[in-house]
Amino acid sequence: MSLLEVRGLTTGFMTGSGEITAIEDVSFSLNAGEILGIVGESGSGKSVTALSIMGLLPSPPARLISGEVIFEGQTLTNMSDRQMQTIRGPGISMIFQEPMTSLNPVFSIGEQIMETIRAHERLSPAKLRERAIEMLDKVGIPSAARRMDDYPHQMSGGQRQRVMIAMALACRPRLLIADEPTTALDVTIQAQILDLLMDLRDEFGMAIIIITHNMGVIAETADRVLVMYAGRVIEEAPVATVFDRPLHPYTRGLLECVPSLTEDRARLVAIPGTLPEPTRRPPGCRFSVRCSHAIPACSAALPPLELLEPDHSAACIRALDLAPIRTADLAP
Amino acid sequence: MIRVAIGRLLSALPVLLIVSLISFGLMRLIPGDPAAAIAGISATPAQLAQLRVDLGLDQPLLVQLLRYYEGLVQGDLGRSLLLGKGVFAATMERLPVTIGLSLYALVITLLIGLAAGIIAALRQNSIVDQAAMMFAMIGISVPSFFLGLVMIIVFGVHLGWLPTGGYIPFSQDPLGWLSSSTMPAISLALLQAGLLARITRSSMLEVLRQDYIRTARAKGLPMRQVILKHALANALIPIVTVVGIIVTLLVSGAVVTEALFSLPGMGQLLTQAVLNRDYPMVQGGLLLVTTFLVMVNILVDVLYAALDPRVRYE
Ligand SMILES: Nc1ncnc2c1ncn2[C@@H]1O[C@H](COP(=O)(O)OP(=O)(O)OP(=O)(O)O)[C@@H](O)[C@H]1O
Ligand SMILES: [Mg+2]
Repeated sequence: MSLLEVRGLTTGFMTGSGEITAIEDVSFSLNAGEILGIVGESGSGKSVTALSIMGLLPSPPARLISGEVIFEGQTLTNMSDRQMQTIRGPGISMIFQEPMTSLNPVFSIGEQIMETIRAHERLSPAKLRERAIEMLDKVGIPSAARRMDDYPHQMSGGQRQRVMIAMALACRPRLLIADEPTTALDVTIQAQILDLLMDLRDEFGMAIIIITHNMGVIAETADRVLVMYAGRVIEEAPVATVFDRPLHPYTRGLLECVPSLTEDRARLVAIPGTLPEPTRRPPGCRFSVRCSHAIPACSAALPPLELLEPDHSAACIRALDLAPIRTADLAP
Repeated sequence: MIRVAIGRLLSALPVLLIVSLISFGLMRLIPGDPAAAIAGISATPAQLAQLRVDLGLDQPLLVQLLRYYEGLVQGDLGRSLLLGKGVFAATMERLPVTIGLSLYALVITLLIGLAAGIIAALRQNSIVDQAAMMFAMIGISVPSFFLGLVMIIVFGVHLGWLPTGGYIPFSQDPLGWLSSSTMPAISLALLQAGLLARITRSSMLEVLRQDYIRTARAKGLPMRQVILKHALANALIPIVTVVGIIVTLLVSGAVVTEALFSLPGMGQLLTQAVLNRDYPMVQGGLLLVTTFLVMVNILVDVLYAALDPRVRYE
């Protein structure tokens, strides 16, 4: 049985011009200890997917329209908020895109870590403090014991994100959702935080969903990848497979955006056009208006996500005509 | 934090100096003669002149001012011309009535204002929210003396639940004090409670949108803790700054309320003093009330620093 099953998740938001669907029919599953990358441009629905799993979207305006989330055999989407409180923390925990604002400015970081543990476990105050210091130490905060009483404003963005990670892992979750954990940080810090996450995964053995719009991050961290576009999953496969033979033209576009280190000049070819707003999605394939391979049939109907090759799904009617040749086939 | 307190104390001194100057100057700008007020209409001009000399009113203004400050430096506020006792003693008889009433009203303001504001924010746009905000609007727009009158008629005259006026000191009979002060305190508090409810609501709404609230929920904290700890600790920061202003407004409002409920407070004392040109009483009374308000505001600043580590560590 997989650790997490997401089936047909569809989440809407009530807006001034009626209800929009931020994500549609999102399905995937994740095994214990596995790392899944979710990749897509800004606005593609990555955060909404994560927050829908956590049950953290403000409702209203958000609403679960259909689908279910099953974690360790329990259907989270049927749970009350009170029941979800026992899942959040020790079951699934999350770190966010914005390290500068995700910590409460008026409580010390030690208190913020300790209250997380306190909410789920009975520990003596001394043990609690010890555990919090241990977590700060693990995420690489120097002289952790002395920094327990520091406030968030006394720390840099990178340090705050480390504190967030310490807090998220304090209850030893089975699944960590990291929503663009490094986007707001500068490049050297980004690499450090990713390394830290990988080390902690090896130590604690939790599964991770890592959300990013950078294919490079996926290549370095994930086992599997889920590509999202305008609220829908458009490709899913093991990372090596996607890098070797991306089936969806959008995925190929994303791969071309990865700055290449082997070439003299970084090939930063952005995909022309922009992601359509939820209210202005084109008919048929949502990528068709930006796709250089689009044919009239593309805008006729929404292409379903189909298993086109072993363990490799994509939502493109021309996928197999256009896909590059597999490297394995090139071998003599 | 102690640095904050000391800094505020030092900056309070010029405030008190200015207030003492203004009250001194203002009293002498309005026409009227204290000697005439004291001696009555039957006094002869010679008696009046003698009285003026006795009171030091024949001296040039500058001399009078210097004498006033000379006294102040020695902790002497002078004697009331009308009451025949020290200004400080006269004030100490009346100030507790006003402060007691204001603090009682403050407690009511905080209870109603914070509760209504928090509940309205948590149930934004619901019936509860709309009802709370409508009551806040009523509290803000109905004059407190009118509210006081209505309460006297309903609860005092018709229902007979509470006395319509008069004062029982707390030290004599705490329950009696409570029953004699409840209507005045409520009529005084409702305006401020309405304002505070609106400020609390918008402050809470602002805080509930913040990322750290989502973090607190993501950690699996109970909703009660998310709201009463994480949200409130932040929402209170802007609220605390207005509490100082609220106390000032309550003390000023108390003057009218005291008249309506015939409570022997500072309002009555100062009104009498102004009408009779009791210069030392007005000057000293105002100075003492101001001192109290300045102290409250220092307390508020210290509280503000205690609530917000970003201020504390500056
Ligand atoms: N509170 C909201 N009200 C209305 N629409 C929303 C709300 N939150 C998100 N959306 C919509 O949902 C869609 C997906 O947003 P989401 O935040 O999941 O994007 P994302 O993939 O995480 O992008 P980014 O890389 O910028 O974080 C967007 O089109 C956005 O307009
Ligand atoms: Mg996002």
